Amino acid sequence: MQDRKCIIHAQLLDVMLHRLCHQLIENHAHFEETVLLGLQPRGIYFADRIQRRLKKILDKEIDKGYLDTTFHRDDFRRRDSPLTPSKTDVSFLIEDKNVILLDDVLYTGRSVRAALDAMVTFGRPRKVELMVLIDRKYTRHLPIEPDYVGRAVNTIDSQRVLVEWEEQNEEDGVWITSKATT
Amino acid sequence: MATETTTQTLRSPHLLGIKDLSAEEIQLIFSTADQFKDVLNRPIKKVPSLRDVTIANVFFENSTRTRLSFELAEKRLSADVVNFSSSSSSVKKGETLLDTVNNILAMKVDMVVMRHASPGAPHFLARHIGANVINAGDGTHEHPTQALLDTYSIYEKFGQVAGKKVVIVGDIMHSRVALSNIFALQKLGAEVMVCGPATLLPKYITELGIQVTLDLREALEWCDIANILRIQLERQQVKYFPSLREYSLYYGVNKRLLDSLNKSITVMHPGPINRGVELSSDVADSDQAIILDQVENGVAVRMSVLYLLASQIKKTD
Repeated sequence: MQDRKCIIHAQLLDVMLHRLCHQLIENHAHFEETVLLGLQPRGIYFADRIQRRLKKILDKEIDKGYLDTTFHRDDFRRRDSPLTPSKTDVSFLIEDKNVILLDDVLYTGRSVRAALDAMVTFGRPRKVELMVLIDRKYTRHLPIEPDYVGRAVNTIDSQRVLVEWEEQNEEDGVWITSKATT
Repeated sequence: MATETTTQTLRSPHLLGIKDLSAEEIQLIFSTADQFKDVLNRPIKKVPSLRDVTIANVFFENSTRTRLSFELAEKRLSADVVNFSSSSSSVKKGETLLDTVNNILAMKVDMVVMRHASPGAPHFLARHIGANVINAGDGTHEHPTQALLDTYSIYEKFGQVAGKKVVIVGDIMHSRVALSNIFALQKLGAEVMVCGPATLLPKYITELGIQVTLDLREALEWCDIANILRIQLERQQVKYFPSLREYSLYYGVNKRLLDSLNKSITVMHPGPINRGVELSSDVADSDQAIILDQVENGVAVRMSVLYLLASQIKKTD
């Protein structure tokens, strides 16, 4: 893999996750009415990490689900091959709950729009917030902005931001690559 | 139950028969159906995937459950749906199949789900029209979505189809379900046997690489799953057996017969059931039967097929 540049290494990522958890605690205190929803496919690892760390800090289990947006996307029939859906696993009702949507990278905002659409099939939440590890600034197609950001980066369209987790690969880290090499 | 798939899409823009599908394509349909089954169990059972797709259900033959199942699947996917039934159409005035369908397509229809009494009718249509065609049963030939939902139901119950022993009992000769099921089960690695009166077994049947028996007890003792077919009296121009009573005596599956086996087998039926003929009510309504699971799975499997085929319709604007 050429043109692969590490922008956040494992140690810094750990600090970022810790900070994001404390930002959540500031706004949600004991998480009585708050649930986490990781967006498939890659936001689920981010959601896992945040949930695990919150458990360590608060010594309590916080409801977490995985949400797949495939059937709610607006680019169906505009791609060369159909999107393969991932598993949606939401074992709780989100009716009147505070929902934190988590994704690894915020780019055009279309995935988040689809997620909002998919989410309401599980009930009407009281409030929805968006947490992303990486916010690719100036690339939005829709008026969607995150409430919690790990790191904002400036990128161009020909680049791709790749978040890798220890669970999938050997180490945690965030890389910028050119699309052609991924 | 999602499975690893290597195929990301179906090779053909049409679903005309199971014979044309690979095992990987069937697995892709199953893994997509898994997700749609999940959708069907949510409070809001609808997704917007096909909101800009129009589908015509063109039924030249009577059907209740298949048409309802397709229509529900289409509506769950947010497609626009039009229904056509030959009994109340210009077909009665002598219009040809191609003219009928071309008239429907002129109204900007993207997909056609067709049932026809003539084997090969959907193949003919697929060659001549620009829309995606799904075969909802062509005469005594194939009924691919029924076979997909049948094998999916086995997959769901047992976790796999490979290695399972499945017997198809009854009117094999007049059944499009039997042929499609044989293809699907074989492609997924199941062992298949057919059982029925000799007069209702086609001559070529052994060439499909399956076992054949005339003895129902032997078939049931061999199998893990029995798929009991309906006696299709409407397709029988001559008598193939002396009476329904005699058929029921030799080939009817009832509780007493199942209880006399040394094991518990799973019973399937594509419906509608002739209760008391091929299947007794105490079996049809028992825990051994997964008939209603088949019906439920039919919607998810048809959503999967429609979704995968519709993804091949490119936006032109």
